[in-house]
Amino acid sequence: MPVNRIEVAMKGGRPDPAGVALCARLHEDLNVQVAEAWIIDVYTLLGDFTADELEKVRADLFTDPIIQDSAVNKSMASGYDCVIEVGFLPGVTDNVGRSAREGVQDTLGRALAEGEVVFKSTLHALRGVDKDTALRIAQKALANELIEQYVVKTAEEMADLDGEPLLALPIVTQRSEVVVHEINLEVDDDALLALSRDMTLALDLTEMKTVQAHYRAPQTQAERAKRSLPANPTDIEVEVIAQTWSEHCKHKIFSAVIEYTDENGETREIDGLFKSYVKATTETVSKRVDWLVSVFEDNAGIIKFDETHNFALKAETHNSPSALDPYGGAMTGIVGVNRDVLGAGLGCQCIFNTDVFCFASPFHTGEIPARLLHPRRVLRGVHSGVRDGGNQSGIPDINGAIVFHERFLGKPLVFCGTGGLIPTTTAGRPSHEKAARPGDLIVMTGGRIGKDGIHGATFSSEELHEGSPATAVQIGDPITQKKMADFLLEARDLGLFSCITDDGAGGLSSSIGEMARASNGAEVHLDKAPLKYAGLAPWEIFLSEAQERMTLSVPTDMIDAFLDLARRREVEATVLGTFNDSGRLECWFEGKLAGSLDMEFLHEGLPRMRLQAKLNPPAPPSEISVESNDLAADLKAVLGSLNVCSKESFVRMYDHEVLGQSVLKQFQGVAHDGPGDAGVIRPVAGSKRGIAVACGIAPKYADLDAYSMMACAIDEAVRNLISVGARPGMIAGLDNFCWPDPVQSEKTPDGSHKLAQLVRACEALYDLCVAYDIPLISGKDSMKNDYKIGDTKISIPPTVLFTAAAVLEDVTHVATMDAKRAGDYVYVVGETHDELGGSEYAALRGLSGGTAPQVSPLGARAMYERLHKAITGGLVASCHDCSDGGLAVALAESAFAGGLGMDVDLAEIGVKSAVSALFSESQSRFVVTVNPGNLLAFEAVMAGSPIQRVGTVMAEPMLRIECPGGTHVDAPIAELKAAWKAPLAW
Amino acid sequence: MPARAIVLTGFGINCDNETERALERAGAETRRVHLNDIADDPAMLDGYHILAIPGGFSFGDHVASGKILANRLRGKLGGPILKFVADRKLVIGICNGFQVMVKMGILPLFEGEYRQEVTLAWNDTCRFENRWVKLRIAPDTKCVWLRGMDTLEVPVRHGEGKFIVKDDAVMERLRANGQIALRYIRPDGSPADGEFPFNPNGAADDIAGICDPSGRVFGLMPHPEAYQDGTNHPNWTRMENLPEEGMGLRVFRNAVDYVQEELL
Repeated sequence: MPVNRIEVAMKGGRPDPAGVALCARLHEDLNVQVAEAWIIDVYTLLGDFTADELEKVRADLFTDPIIQDSAVNKSMASGYDCVIEVGFLPGVTDNVGRSAREGVQDTLGRALAEGEVVFKSTLHALRGVDKDTALRIAQKALANELIEQYVVKTAEEMADLDGEPLLALPIVTQRSEVVVHEINLEVDDDALLALSRDMTLALDLTEMKTVQAHYRAPQTQAERAKRSLPANPTDIEVEVIAQTWSEHCKHKIFSAVIEYTDENGETREIDGLFKSYVKATTETVSKRVDWLVSVFEDNAGIIKFDETHNFALKAETHNSPSALDPYGGAMTGIVGVNRDVLGAGLGCQCIFNTDVFCFASPFHTGEIPARLLHPRRVLRGVHSGVRDGGNQSGIPDINGAIVFHERFLGKPLVFCGTGGLIPTTTAGRPSHEKAARPGDLIVMTGGRIGKDGIHGATFSSEELHEGSPATAVQIGDPITQKKMADFLLEARDLGLFSCITDDGAGGLSSSIGEMARASNGAEVHLDKAPLKYAGLAPWEIFLSEAQERMTLSVPTDMIDAFLDLARRREVEATVLGTFNDSGRLECWFEGKLAGSLDMEFLHEGLPRMRLQAKLNPPAPPSEISVESNDLAADLKAVLGSLNVCSKESFVRMYDHEVLGQSVLKQFQGVAHDGPGDAGVIRPVAGSKRGIAVACGIAPKYADLDAYSMMACAIDEAVRNLISVGARPGMIAGLDNFCWPDPVQSEKTPDGSHKLAQLVRACEALYDLCVAYDIPLISGKDSMKNDYKIGDTKISIPPTVLFTAAAVLEDVTHVATMDAKRAGDYVYVVGETHDELGGSEYAALRGLSGGTAPQVSPLGARAMYERLHKAITGGLVASCHDCSDGGLAVALAESAFAGGLGMDVDLAEIGVKSAVSALFSESQSRFVVTVNPGNLLAFEAVMAGSPIQRVGTVMAEPMLRIECPGGTHVDAPIAELKAAWKAPLAW
Repeated sequence: MPARAIVLTGFGINCDNETERALERAGAETRRVHLNDIADDPAMLDGYHILAIPGGFSFGDHVASGKILANRLRGKLGGPILKFVADRKLVIGICNGFQVMVKMGILPLFEGEYRQEVTLAWNDTCRFENRWVKLRIAPDTKCVWLRGMDTLEVPVRHGEGKFIVKDDAVMERLRANGQIALRYIRPDGSPADGEFPFNPNGAADDIAGICDPSGRVFGLMPHPEAYQDGTNHPNWTRMENLPEEGMGLRVFRNAVDYVQEELL
């Protein structure tokens, strides 16, 4: 088919802001000076188009006549030294190309034939660089070789080319013969393990032998003979078992029996961490709260919002894909968790996103190990992916954090969360109940299937290694998903389906496999599935993690209405088979049975792991005792540390108000730039009822004490909610564990300690949540966050993101963090101890050891109840959570956000050293300002909890803090704010 | 009989819920309808007085923001929409809806036929940003959506909002016709004069929105539907008296009042 190329550039003389932005980024990231850059959009049209048609789409579709010039089959670049063209590799999702194809059809008023497509690429014309520099720019800043191809040419080379295309057309040409292979399991143990490795099954020897034994069993053999299947399993059967049994899907470590030896050498057996701690928490708390609707069963936890609506919440990680392709991996993370919520109950509308990222310093100057990207590039890519995924889906991002620690160089963590709302009943049915019934049709909606993301579930169950498959990376397509989500909510309200779930890890094999548990069986015809390109084997179709798909069960009497609505909404929907009660999951391809699995074996056959955990004896207690001769300089340095400083330049790029429900935004105060503690929305029009959401995460304490790490994360999330006025007893939690491999082995010699740390974190999870009455309504774990290539091994610090959400009765009774009026009193609520271990101050001064902060949940709980009363009673002018950086940071933020000064005396705060008074990170503390008229009432409500009136808000824009030992801080708030804003003001 | 409004949805439009709510709160009987359903039955438009093209990311902003939806709307509903306008009915395009309108050429609509005279280009910062802005209603504007209003505070949430005219003649004509609807200003009320972040995108003459010569067809980058409740304002906890209703609703009330006075 003919190929034509349309190039679009800014009109001569017009500034090219994208070119200017590129020059700035190259200077910042690579220290390369480019004199001038022009960004030229390239659309390559494959298909039969007349000259008139090409001219029409050039003029009417691709070119903005006011600011752009363009040409067909002629380059728009001029005045450059080098060009870099970047386009996708074959099979990679090309969202712009797909939209452009629709635009071409509209513009020409005719449908394009199958195979007539548009490819998008970008030509970067650079002046003032040589070819070597351009190559470096291409590799380090513009192209990711896992998903993109690029070509670099000098002006002379371009002249010689005379219009020849630079890039190969990204067409999938592989037309491998589609066959179903038999997998020989009648081999010795070493060969079984080799098989597991070679097929990326991520199954250990016990598991492989369990599969082998199942196939040897006479009953299995009889069933296979009846169906004319070979004695050995087929490839699709092995793949489905491996994916269903993956750590990612089965949470084997959280289910394992653990023999745990604590720091005193005492040993006991734990009957599964999930059961003993996570589920046990919710079971205990569920007796004390009356708003749980559906926990642990669905794609997201569901709780009651008001009499007519339920609220769903879920958070996920997408770490390994984000390490390989930060943009695509993170975008897939956000649109993926959106689908979890869309697939919760009979389909929730997504109403907010949260995002928390963990990276190494973007200013990292050391070596970057093989296959890893510089943390700066990871940060930019992940942020852009989450930004585009959320913004294009029309879901506001209302809370999050960016956390830095050097060991996240080995694997970045990308946590994406989503909240959803659903009427309590839809189409006359309780919206949280769903089940596929025998006879219901299996329907897949949304995108098409390609090889994207095959082995994602098993891949994420391994460390990042040399052979990590590039196919594990997918790129999200938010618009296809948005169309599908709109359609599915319409179909939901018409009662057109009986069950819904998302296609995430494991693709159809997982979604159909899970849904078929309710009916007890399914028959799937994989040749019916719509493909992006031909040549996929049945197992690939079944396991592909191509994005933007949901699987539904549709009763036969609804199918016509369902498919008709899909057609009118331009959403692809395909019947793939039928749910039944045969007890088997059977896959057919072109009239032949490709595999038949016993449902019971598939879901219950996985042998439970037995693991050893042994906690290393703790280091002898040490105190950090340090003095400073310039506390004001220290405060500025702490404000400017990466974990404390403003993330505004990144957060501003998220739409945080779409849907019009916003009550408290990320930025507060007189200039809209103070750091808010929690996001608040009012999701139901006409109602003052609201939802507050916040996060807590504290990996920096993990090495000192994993229990503290967990306790601090929970307390931080809860404090953030209390700060805005939430009430204990109304808070729901999500735990997202990200751990380095905790299974003892040759490559993980410290596995038993890491597993013991996991036990400690789970103990804290139970203790805190039970004390605070927080049911855990959903959660997830990601257990292989290590990097190992050659002799280099990097394991992340054990990390838990705790996401907390609370229903607020009246959003007009919330507090914000900014000081409001000169003359108000400043209080410190909570106790301050010498707890500098793991603190920002300790990191800044290079001090190790010390004590990690301890949480005393019973006292904190009582204090939180009282503070809730004070805030909702209108007695508090401002309330700010005290966390990273300590009291000095919280005071400074509250002051400069309000555009006001503070005069504060911390001499009697409870510690002897000025450094501890200012920078200790003791938990369960707040900075509160109170109008003098409310002084008595505030103190009366807080009676019984540790509060201390430490000073006043003042008009003079200075922060003055008297410290123990007669030292003091005296700094203009403008300087403090500037120090806080500078580091990441990109 | 109440004013009746239709809110377009589909293909990545994503402010349709709150736009529907704003029109309802302003007193219009409002329906959200998928573009394909209107295209199947264009006569449907006859039953409505107000057409809203909400914000969003139609077709992902791919190729150029609003462009693909603009072509589709003009192709499928070009005639019916011109008739809607000729019937003295009201049209509003917000953010992506405004981008769609200028690219399909229904704004500024000098001659009553589709022609692109202006555009909305990438912000000078070359990034999508969400921030609140202050706006002054042009004193001589014909825009009926802004009657009786002086200033407005609402958020912008866009990457491509820099208003650019084809040439000086277009700008002259916009000014002479009273088609400039509102401009970005500083917090103290003085002109933004192109300075970031007051003028968040580098728009020519600080222009945030324009209307057609009749004042009934209106497009703007900022989001009036995002300020319906007092609690939407980023600084509401600092206000002495929290208003129950946000300033943005006034825009929709003006439209409903106009329909009631002139069309019913």
